[in-house]
Amino acid sequence: MLRFALTRLGLVVPTLVGITFLAFFLIRLVPGDPIETMAGERGIDPARHAELRRTYGFDRPLYVQYGVYLERLLHGDLGRSIATSEPVASEFATLFPATIELAVAAILFALLIGIPAGIVAAIRRNSILDQGVMGISLAGYSMPIFWWGLLLILLFSVQLGWTPVSGRISVQYFVEPVTGFLLIDTLLSDEKGAFGSALAHLVLPTIVLGTVPLAVIARMTRSAMLEVLGEDYIRTARAKGLPPGRVIGLHALRNALIPVVTVIGLQVGVLFTGAILTETIFSWPGVGKWLIEAISRRDYPVLQGGILLIGIVVMSVNLLVDLTYGLINPRIRHVR
Amino acid sequence: MTAETLEAPPAAVPTATPPHPWRELWRDFAKNRGAVGGLALIVAIMLLAVFAELVAPHDPNLTNNAAFLRPPVWQAGGSWSFPLGTDAIGRDMLSRLIHGARLSLAIGVAVVALAIAVGIALGLVSGFAGGVTDILIMRAMDILLTLPSLLLAIVVVAILGPGLMNAMLAVAVVLLPHYVRLTRAAVIAERGRDYVTAARVSGAGSLRLMLSEILPNCAAPLIVQASLGVSTAILDAAALGFLGLGAQPPSPEWGTMLADAREFVLRAWWVVTFPGLMILMVVLAFNLVGDGLRDALDPKLKR
Repeated sequence: MLRFALTRLGLVVPTLVGITFLAFFLIRLVPGDPIETMAGERGIDPARHAELRRTYGFDRPLYVQYGVYLERLLHGDLGRSIATSEPVASEFATLFPATIELAVAAILFALLIGIPAGIVAAIRRNSILDQGVMGISLAGYSMPIFWWGLLLILLFSVQLGWTPVSGRISVQYFVEPVTGFLLIDTLLSDEKGAFGSALAHLVLPTIVLGTVPLAVIARMTRSAMLEVLGEDYIRTARAKGLPPGRVIGLHALRNALIPVVTVIGLQVGVLFTGAILTETIFSWPGVGKWLIEAISRRDYPVLQGGILLIGIVVMSVNLLVDLTYGLINPRIRHVR
Repeated sequence: MTAETLEAPPAAVPTATPPHPWRELWRDFAKNRGAVGGLALIVAIMLLAVFAELVAPHDPNLTNNAAFLRPPVWQAGGSWSFPLGTDAIGRDMLSRLIHGARLSLAIGVAVVALAIAVGIALGLVSGFAGGVTDILIMRAMDILLTLPSLLLAIVVVAILGPGLMNAMLAVAVVLLPHYVRLTRAAVIAERGRDYVTAARVSGAGSLRLMLSEILPNCAAPLIVQASLGVSTAILDAAALGFLGLGAQPPSPEWGTMLADAREFVLRAWWVVTFPGLMILMVVLAFNLVGDGLRDALDPKLKR
């Protein structure tokens, strides 16, 4: 296991270096001079331009610049946002919990509906129920979620008035940020009704962000279940006279869930992609919306830092999934 | 999806030669009703796109001061001159949707063609050359795969600037690693086979080995991935359009139309509903065809 863990860790290093390359060159690949680009259409006078070039170190050779960039990174310095002058790392840290809260809610939603739906579809294979589940999940998989979000707002917020249109909590509540996760913070504070408000704001974004993972998980659970149900040990369990619920729940589901767990790990990247869109639609103050705003403001330090940090998060989660998988399933350790 | 357990009835005329591969593919494909439906939908939308000028009742960019936000024909206030209503500056929705089909299909096909061409080239080189070249290419692909797809596309657009062409390039970059990996895996699986050795012994050069011996035998997974890739390309390009990073207004690209329509979500449901419905239908159709092709081409599922 140690050997497997070390090999897997070794694979992370080149990817990590690659992502720093990407983030580093992002700002330098933009056509024209980065300072002119940041100055925008107003232009900038030559003396100030030269001064800024020196301050930011753009006058030095690229490899020196990269070295300086790496050294700063290792000290946790990701630069400052041009728009707010705040350190990029601390902005990310403030906004990240909002994205995590949304992503966790979405994946729970996807699991709670997707796994049972997949099991039912597998047990009733080729029935109307199976075809319904598969049809809906194919539609979910093909869904342009930015449109799905607008439709849900149209129906639930505008027509029915059940849910708020945007944001994380109603403006009348002020909740002291302790963990950054509003559902927890509102419970800790003594504001009445704040928890309910936070929960109501979370519902629609959760559904929107959870739709694609839900579809993938339902499909995956169904096919994994079908495979397992054909195995000899299931026949043995049935032949022993075990009740069907026990066969499905205990013998089949456990083994079917192994590939499903891997798929959940792979959904992290999908969740981030979805979070960018979902946060934009619902004005959810997370890192996705932050990045999109950075683009329109040409706030390159934010983009640079955001890409690096999100890359690292996704990579760490994938690493964690692989290691857990190796722990659960000894066979995987000896591949490679 | 609905796997057939029954064998197809034996061919009427018993012949010594097996059916032509294309015919066999079609036979397996046609068993899947969903896939055939998807294909029909794609053909229909393709026809709309090709004959957009003839079919569309109005110019897609023609504004009409007298008809802002007209509802569709079946609602009070709607009229047959604008069957699906008009948008905020009086442009006919139906005409814009039809012209948008042209854009979206072109985006899907062009992006996948680019990603496949580059992907096959890199995959062949990687699988054949091995060593440092292979490691460099595959590590680069790993990096592209690590970043969430839309984030990667945003990086590319941030470098190149917003616009339809740049958005297409960005999406092609996102799709690229899948084709490289598929091709490389197929090359590595095939290059030790006897027929390749035979070709090499009879004097075929590397290029010939790659392109005319090995590549045709890796085609099946690439075809499946291509049809699924078109749906991803259309979806991602529309998402970029929606975020204001893809096609720019007044282009009738469906994602861009949705971005324009966002602020009217409270007043005019039709400007929001129809463009998204088109995206969903086209993406769904390509996914159905992709699934159908995979089932038809995968010998493991044929049994």
